[in-house]
Amino acid sequence: MTKEVARSRGREVSGRDRETARPRDSATTYELIVIGCSLGGMHALQTIIGALPKDFCIPIVVAQHRHKNSNDGLPAYFRRNTQFSVVDAEDKQWIKPGHVYLAPADYHLLVERGEMHLSVDEAVRHSRPSIDVLFESAADAYGAQLIGVVLTGSNEDGALGAKRIKERGGLVVVQDPATAEAPVMPAAVAAMVDVDRILPLESIALFLADVCPAAVSGK
Amino acid sequence: MSASNAPGLAPDDSGKQDLEWVEIKLLTEGIFRHYGFDFRDYSMPSLKRRVWKRVYAEGLSTVSGLQEKILHDPACMERLLLDLSINTTAMFRDPTFYLTFRRKIVPMLRTYPFVRIWHAGCSTGEEVYSMAMLLHEEKLLDRCRIYATDINEAVLQRAKDGIFPLNTMQENTSNYIAAGGTGTFSQYYTARYDYAIFRPALRENVVFAQHNLVTDSSFNVFNVIFCRNVLIYFNNALQDRVQSLFLDSMEMFGILGLGKKETIRYSAVTDHYEEIDAEERLYRRVR
Repeated sequence: MTKEVARSRGREVSGRDRETARPRDSATTYELIVIGCSLGGMHALQTIIGALPKDFCIPIVVAQHRHKNSNDGLPAYFRRNTQFSVVDAEDKQWIKPGHVYLAPADYHLLVERGEMHLSVDEAVRHSRPSIDVLFESAADAYGAQLIGVVLTGSNEDGALGAKRIKERGGLVVVQDPATAEAPVMPAAVAAMVDVDRILPLESIALFLADVCPAAVSGK
Repeated sequence: MSASNAPGLAPDDSGKQDLEWVEIKLLTEGIFRHYGFDFRDYSMPSLKRRVWKRVYAEGLSTVSGLQEKILHDPACMERLLLDLSINTTAMFRDPTFYLTFRRKIVPMLRTYPFVRIWHAGCSTGEEVYSMAMLLHEEKLLDRCRIYATDINEAVLQRAKDGIFPLNTMQENTSNYIAAGGTGTFSQYYTARYDYAIFRPALRENVVFAQHNLVTDSSFNVFNVIFCRNVLIYFNNALQDRVQSLFLDSMEMFGILGLGKKETIRYSAVTDHYEEIDAEERLYRRVR
């Protein structure tokens, strides 16, 4: 079947290996982390990614508001201080452990189970990529196996997405607005959603490492 | 293969999600059988968002409710079709794509006496006008014919009209400059009220035609095919089908231009192409 040919061909180049498909042991096993951030997000993301343990293997998908014509400089910036592979997501790319995927400039990023999809639908609340769009699709696809993290930002994108994550049984963490460069975004989420944790920026990586132990997450 | 771990299949975590998936499958099946438009292999997460938007816009609360309305009310189908065929784009979207096209592809095209270009899924036409401007500035437009196609007649009519909101011109102008424009962007349009009316000469060599990438076949062979940010709305199987349609419609040494985050790497036709510019997703057919 042509599809299988295409898949195996993709293998040697990059992207979509089947190895990512792991058995799901129980409902409490987290399979994906989605992070949303805006103003001040580069520093905040860097802090979290840089502090995660080396063997952390839950894939991370990020929607960060960025300029329309921003290029591969952004993933390159994050790659400097981490062992994780940080890349702009491509359409239909498979989600793999040990990777951090960024929503590309001027695209929405949606996830289906194990796979990322892009769209150029109109901006949502003036944002493309939109955090809500990422979170809502991830909540539908991953249900209780999803963790959503909302960091610093100066608008309310992410609140509706966080609400959907809770509705589907997932876990929501927000950065303590007092530690955020721009407090509006995490504060909006905390106001709308019964969040699971409000944590200072420095504690978020540790929390994620704790709820996603390497042994459970497949290593 | 376990369904729960396969990308692209329905999630199985809760009954509610399963039901939604079933409803969307029924809706697309119904539309295909009754109207002939085939959205059955569209990418599910985007399709779901667009369908729900239409559900709410019609004052309904379920996808099944929308299905009933669509099957009995062709005007409602038209509205959904519009939702599904408008992509929000800009002139010279991804300016470096056009810059690279100008530098690397235009010199190849100069060697041809006549150039046929297919802009597949052109939506409201912003990128068609962009290419016409570029070719005009390179003194190639006279020997080019651009076939601009879209699934939706209403959207094509907007492209034919060449009238765009004036408030987008600032972004378009800076894109134009970044894309290596050699003239002045404002020479291409006349501002009237809140609109920019583009010069009809730009579309003299453009043929606008309705064409459905999912159900229609090849209608010509081309030296250049653009299909930017359209395939992202299709699932993998459909992407493969459309790529073989492009291959059937491509002259030897023809150029394929995709969206910035689209690739032919995983497609079955990948061996037929070589990369001209990996970053800008420009490929050339070599076998």
